[in-house]
Amino acid sequence: MNLHEYQGKQLFAEFGLPVSKHEVVFNSDEAIQACNKIGGTKWVVKAQVHAGGRGKAGGVKLIESPEEARDFADQWLGKRLKTYQTDENGQLVSAILIESCTDIDKELYLSAVIDRSSQSVTFIASSEGGVNIEEVASKTPEKIIYENVDPLTGPQPFQARRISSVLGLDSNQAKQFSGMFQNFVKLFNELDLSLLEVNPLVINSEGKLHCLDAKINLDSNALYRHPSLVEMQDPTQEDPRESEAAKHDLSYVSLDGNIGCMVNGAGLAMGTMDTIKYFGGAPANFLDVGGTATQERVSNAFKIILADPEVKVVLVNIFGGIVRCDLIAEGIVAAIKDVGVNVPVVVRLEGNNAELGSQILADSGVEVESLNDLESAAKKSVELAK
Amino acid sequence: MSILVNDQTRVLVQGFTGSQATLHSEQSIEYGTNIVGGVTPGKGGTTHLNKPVFNSVADAAKAEEPNAALIFVPAPFCKDSILEAADSGIELIICITEGVPTLDMLIVKKKIDELGLRLIGPNCPGIITPDEAKLGIMPGSIHKKGKVGIISRSGTLTYEAVKQTTDLGFGQSSCVGIGGDPIPGSSFIDMLELFNGDDETEAIVMVGEIGGSAEEDAADYIKDNVSKPVISYIAGQTAPAGKRMGHAGAIIAGGKGTAADKISKLQESGIHIAESLLHIGETVKKVIG
Repeated sequence: MNLHEYQGKQLFAEFGLPVSKHEVVFNSDEAIQACNKIGGTKWVVKAQVHAGGRGKAGGVKLIESPEEARDFADQWLGKRLKTYQTDENGQLVSAILIESCTDIDKELYLSAVIDRSSQSVTFIASSEGGVNIEEVASKTPEKIIYENVDPLTGPQPFQARRISSVLGLDSNQAKQFSGMFQNFVKLFNELDLSLLEVNPLVINSEGKLHCLDAKINLDSNALYRHPSLVEMQDPTQEDPRESEAAKHDLSYVSLDGNIGCMVNGAGLAMGTMDTIKYFGGAPANFLDVGGTATQERVSNAFKIILADPEVKVVLVNIFGGIVRCDLIAEGIVAAIKDVGVNVPVVVRLEGNNAELGSQILADSGVEVESLNDLESAAKKSVELAK
Repeated sequence: MSILVNDQTRVLVQGFTGSQATLHSEQSIEYGTNIVGGVTPGKGGTTHLNKPVFNSVADAAKAEEPNAALIFVPAPFCKDSILEAADSGIELIICITEGVPTLDMLIVKKKIDELGLRLIGPNCPGIITPDEAKLGIMPGSIHKKGKVGIISRSGTLTYEAVKQTTDLGFGQSSCVGIGGDPIPGSSFIDMLELFNGDDETEAIVMVGEIGGSAEEDAADYIKDNVSKPVISYIAGQTAPAGKRMGHAGAIIAGGKGTAADKISKLQESGIHIAESLLHIGETVKKVIG
């Protein structure tokens, strides 16, 4: 789950990390008031979407009067911001962050991720900030430091010193960073983050470190420990079908093709998509219906798949391991009747009681093409989708 | 021979009296697995599926001397259960549960490594040595004792590989699901090492998927250390970047972890690629048939 910048900054502030004085507004009337509350004569207004590249797309602006904040809010709220990280439709701007303007001496980069290779939380820092870090990594790798935090012993001051040195910090800044480093790790661990990025981390005109951006991704598996973070979820930033699927505990990703897929198991679901492509077709989605493909789950899965108007055929691919295929077949029949499926359905049942399952499908009176090997089922689906 | 588990393995089931553990333990016992008991805190002294139930792993370890733990507890309690098994020195710990927080796994993995123990999973189907022991949730009936070792990040894809190698008569020495999480207890490399040293295994099937670099790391390892032929299938060739494909670990991030990159690295390292899911068995046949 991803957070907005304003939510990230709220959490940064709670963990003692320096952020600008800020307000978030959801309508243009609040904008003037927000500027006055923050005070000063210059502000930065930032459109809130779950995507980077906002500045270049016109979603960030330096303003010198509260009226400009109102105009900016009018311009963007309810509109879609298209950046190099979004798709062609862009992301809906549902909030505007207004903050006091920071005078910048130098821009740096800092992030922390769960690194699969070192199996630890790894900090990545660079003296080159405000730019694409992947570019820095490929062109000037000497400007980047990677520091792994030992999961058992935690962050150590020597690691903060090592990062400070690469960032080129003076002794006061290094001292400030040492405290920030501890707080970043605390934030990461206590809230179960999967990614934290400050780009840029700046040195302001007073020579102090300051977090100008705050990007946070959370580990979805750990949300049960953080009910207050769950409330921060912004469904407008997600694909509507993916959010709907998530409500029913189904794992769904929409794709560009026209063959709907319903599969048990994430690996087999990917394998099924690949098989469709192998025979010249195009999958419309990834969908893992789970190990216990009950009638309710199958019904919900059909509804989500068929909400995509591009879908011309649905391929159901079930490898019945522990789950009996006859029970799944009954679920499929009931779901097709329940949902009123109006496109051809091809079903491949394999494994536990597969023959009985096929028999149930054949006797059910619903129109399904039942095949017991994936090759025939995939070929049939591709043919029907043409 | 086989790897990790056989008919001598003494299995302790944690979360024994829960519904999932009960369903799968029943099937494991029916398969012939030597389940010596289970743990459910508060139910010590009772019996379940005709096996003794203990309050703690320590109690069970003293009474039954298990050498493998099979964990079915819900995700929030997995860290505790794994560390409890580790505390009693159980050398093989298998965690089936999906959805364990990643930061829990960082700590668990580090501790398990320090203690020199072995963890398989989480988010995996477990391990089976056909006709000997089934420690997991895979359907026993599709397996056949034989000569192919199978390692996979995905449950249902393992079943496909098993079925194809069974249908062609090769059978399996052992099959290990290492799980679909970003921080797995054991890697492809750990299992490749064991299969390479196992007399019964003639060829190894490695089923990978998008995300991370476990397959690339395995490719380097195979090139230098594995003398047996390795056949690989990589799922997710049609997966879009930046989207998690069901498994927590199956995501193409920052342009890295694509199926195409993995396949070309594996090919360069002399691994036989099954061009589609349907060709795993056939590719094994081409190599050792």
